[in-house]
Amino acid sequence: MSQPTIKEVLFNPVLNNNPIGLQILGICSALAVTSNLKTALVMSIALSLVTGFSNLFISMIRSQIPSSIRMIVQMVIIASLVIVVDQILKAYAFSLSKQLSVFVGLIITNCIVMGRAEAFAMQNPPILSFFDGIGNGLGYSAMLIVLGTFRELFGAGKLMGYEIIPVVNDGGWYQPNGLLLLPPSAFFLIGLIIWGLRSWKKEQVEPAAFKMAPQVSNKEAY
Amino acid sequence: MSSQKESTVRTLTVAVLVCLVCSVFVAGAAVALKPTQLDNRLLDKQRSILSIAGLGRPGMPAREVKELFNSRITTKVVDLETGKFTDAQDPKTFDPLKAAKDPKLSKVLSGEEDIASIKRQERYTTVYLVEKDGQLDTLILPVRGYGLWSTLYGFLAIKGDLNTVIGMGFYQHGETPGLGGEVDNPKWRGQWPGKTLFAEDGTLAVDIVKGGVDPQSPKAVHQVDALAGATLTSKGVNNLLHFWLGENGFGPFIANLRAGEA
Repeated sequence: MSQPTIKEVLFNPVLNNNPIGLQILGICSALAVTSNLKTALVMSIALSLVTGFSNLFISMIRSQIPSSIRMIVQMVIIASLVIVVDQILKAYAFSLSKQLSVFVGLIITNCIVMGRAEAFAMQNPPILSFFDGIGNGLGYSAMLIVLGTFRELFGAGKLMGYEIIPVVNDGGWYQPNGLLLLPPSAFFLIGLIIWGLRSWKKEQVEPAAFKMAPQVSNKEAY
Repeated sequence: MSSQKESTVRTLTVAVLVCLVCSVFVAGAAVALKPTQLDNRLLDKQRSILSIAGLGRPGMPAREVKELFNSRITTKVVDLETGKFTDAQDPKTFDPLKAAKDPKLSKVLSGEEDIASIKRQERYTTVYLVEKDGQLDTLILPVRGYGLWSTLYGFLAIKGDLNTVIGMGFYQHGETPGLGGEVDNPKWRGQWPGKTLFAEDGTLAVDIVKGGVDPQSPKAVHQVDALAGATLTSKGVNNLLHFWLGENGFGPFIANLRAGEA
């Protein structure tokens, strides 16, 4: 296997191998924190940093980790990083950490972090692993920013808390779409984005897991 | 090397070392950041008290918030059973929400009493006063209660006549954004100032009504329009106001204040 370059691991996950779009990982937080752009941004930064540094540290000690406890060692490192990020947010961005509440803590269980640690950092050198983590963070961020922008703009008429479209409730003309503020709307949006992505980049289409049987005629059925 | 790497001793050593390094790292961060976090929490509370009492302006820098709070607002502890000020707790350090969880400082509410669904109520709580020329100008009461998903924590600010609302708002809740979350909407909060809590005969009359307030009605001065699409949050806010202004809440305290005996 040829060694991937930093540029590849950094930018491939954005469109070609998007953790949400192609690997369908990290959906939970993508639904929960994207009702406005600000929380989506903070979550993106937090997740990118955690993935980057957990990859870095795990890769640094990868030859020392006994394979029987490798998962738990990865978890300990990831959990420590997440707690530190949570503490920093509480200290320097209190109102945001209040809005993100439990979701920062839940980065621990975000499949992207664990997935990259196990799939990439255990086999690759530290620096490359670090950029792979950041790259996957970027892919996740790209998706979150698109969702956050769309949901906040059309759900509340605002961006980053500033009014863009005057909504009816405040005397404007735009009747906001309340569904967009609820988590299920992100499901629809993610679905549409994946559809778009796979229509554009045909190689992302997965081979069908089952082959549909040909239509059965009435006669055969009885 | 691989067989050595998998030995039991080796596995234990790696596990212990990883835990040790990580715990030092986490503990270090927690301890180093603690003062800033406590400061932030206090600042957040002070900011919401000031904004609900109609003092200061939104987005004030932290230093100004502290200065304004310290110069204008007096914090006092009230004994909810007797309805009088008390020295039993230090107002600077006393935390009513923590006390509500402490069996020594709180009581369990029976289902009938507990209209705000808070389960436990503290015996002592802190109130905030703004005084002008020795007279009570604004009284700020902490209120909380259950909405649809979450407990709403907020403050109610009333004028020195102990009847007219200056403002009402919540600093923490987890209601649905766009529906129950609209309790934070400035337009909804704007309905509160000027409303009166008690009817002329002294009964609690404040009410959140569905379908809009009829300005012709004699009750309009006590009524606030419910939130569209958030029946249960509106009900929760109504319940918590009735609880905290009623017999089990600040009712006795307000009566004492009115009689000048608090």
